[in-house]
Amino acid sequence: MDAGLVAAQLLNGLQLGVLLFLLASGLTLIFGIMDFVNLAHGSLYMVGAYFCATLTDATGSFLLAVALALPATALVGAAVELLVVRRLYRRDHLDHVLATFGLILCFDTLVQILWGPEGMAIRLPAWADGQQHLPGGLVFPTYRLLIIGAGLAVAAGLYVLVTKTRLGMRIRAGASNPAMAGALGIDIGLLFTLVFALGAVMAGLAGMMIAPITEASIGMGNEIIITAFVVVIVGGIGSIRGAFVAALLIGLIDTMGRSFLDMGLKLLMSAQAAETSAPALSAMLIYILMASVLAFRPQGLFPPKTR
Amino acid sequence: MSRAVGWLLLAALAAGPPLALAAGQPFYVDILTRLVCLAAAATSLNLILGHGGMISFGHAAYIGIGAYAVGIPAYYEIYDGWLHILFAVAFSSLFALATGAIALRTRGVYFIMITMAFAQMVFFAVVSIEEYGGDDGLVIDIRSEFPLVDLEDSLTLYYACFAVLLGTLYLVHRLVRSRFGMVIEGARGNERRMASLGFAFYRHRLAAYTLAGALCGLSGAMLGNFTNFISPEMMDWTRSGELIFMVVLGGTGALFGPLMGAAAFLLLEELLSGWTIYWQLPFGLLLILVVLFARGGLAGLLEGRRG
Repeated sequence: MDAGLVAAQLLNGLQLGVLLFLLASGLTLIFGIMDFVNLAHGSLYMVGAYFCATLTDATGSFLLAVALALPATALVGAAVELLVVRRLYRRDHLDHVLATFGLILCFDTLVQILWGPEGMAIRLPAWADGQQHLPGGLVFPTYRLLIIGAGLAVAAGLYVLVTKTRLGMRIRAGASNPAMAGALGIDIGLLFTLVFALGAVMAGLAGMMIAPITEASIGMGNEIIITAFVVVIVGGIGSIRGAFVAALLIGLIDTMGRSFLDMGLKLLMSAQAAETSAPALSAMLIYILMASVLAFRPQGLFPPKTR
Repeated sequence: MSRAVGWLLLAALAAGPPLALAAGQPFYVDILTRLVCLAAAATSLNLILGHGGMISFGHAAYIGIGAYAVGIPAYYEIYDGWLHILFAVAFSSLFALATGAIALRTRGVYFIMITMAFAQMVFFAVVSIEEYGGDDGLVIDIRSEFPLVDLEDSLTLYYACFAVLLGTLYLVHRLVRSRFGMVIEGARGNERRMASLGFAFYRHRLAAYTLAGALCGLSGAMLGNFTNFISPEMMDWTRSGELIFMVVLGGTGALFGPLMGAAAFLLLEELLSGWTIYWQLPFGLLLILVVLFARGGLAGLLEGRRG
């Protein structure tokens, strides 16, 4: 096994983990604070990517486009919360699942109407497009390194926001006991809208960051949102710290499994059997992880202490 | 009232296909065959979702297992229908028993997510087995062969599927009226009370979950026979969402609810997709409106219940 390849795949896993964290942190906040199951979180990821692609075309600058697309995605998130989600907080999870499933259909079709069935590519600026020579002779795309850096910076920012600011204090109060927080004078309705918009911004940011690699396409959020849910469950619902650890863990397990599982299996079985079973098993790895976590530690790895 | 509509619908389904053929519209027989198969699958889901309160978000996996229980033997040129049915029922009940034993230890949203995770495992396992077509699916060149009946004839196939639907309805009806059904309904209402009354309802739930899986596997085998083409797409998580929608649209816990829901679902799909290529938008909006304003589903509306 080549050490350079392992290092490159570790970085790829880290990059996937960082993206998953951006999606899962919003999801886990919405889950933990509003007790709301939001399947349509992946749609906000897609909306962010499309906004960014259009704005990059219009302004010619990727960074400016991201800066403009973030508040636009926040507005979409807030509108969804005010129009639909708000009416569902008191309902059971089945209603959440169904209504947000309907939202997915609406978003996917609206994007198709507005942007057409073809995906949209985003051209990277020259400074982000090259390769970097890392210590140890490793060559890795600059942009993927930027994703990792930006994602970790956002994670740090979120940590500061939640633990050190007044808004964060309110969010934590809302998470541990919304009724009591409301009685103490916090505008719970506004807080919920803000949290939902914050989640939308982070999901949208994830979409904007991945779009230059994969391009923005319809339904792009529908696959990754399931993985993000796995992250939330494994990390413990409502725990941002748990989401961070679980996102990196799952990003690494998924990437490393897809790259190296066949080699590992070859130690145990014949080469042919390993080659046929490795793809199936590596695609199932994260779900096996989630099922085992739920079987042995149903509250997740890092359940929030307050609940 | 909803019972009467249900019986009317059954009568229409019993008489419809020969009339459609006589009118020179074989296309409608195809739609009705699909309807009957999906209605049987939704009825089996209603046993655990509506009566048992177990929100399984992975029920489409059993459709897939049933369909591949026909497709994989057919790939090896084994066409014996009884064997296909044995495989479909055996493998789906085994899968339901094994996954249910773990999933039923969890509650609420964890249950939703773990059932979905198990379904995703099956999905990805099938996607990555290239021998059976992987992503591209598998063509079934000859349908299951039974003595005396010939499923290659579209009308015979239809009545075979219809018989499966009737059998599923009858079984679910008898079951929920029995002591067994009372236990799972009681456990849905109040677990602690059932436990203190001395019922070990975990076993009842597991039995219901397994039976629902087996019944759904059977309808999946019929669906596979009907489409002649099976692919992992049949068990995509959005398919599980659609099954839940059928149950809720019709009315959870009502005997004919899933049948009405499946009929309304397919009718809407046909009408809207004939009207616009963007049919998923009104479809999604309708789904949201049903959740917001018509919680009893169609059965509830017919009984004059609201919200």
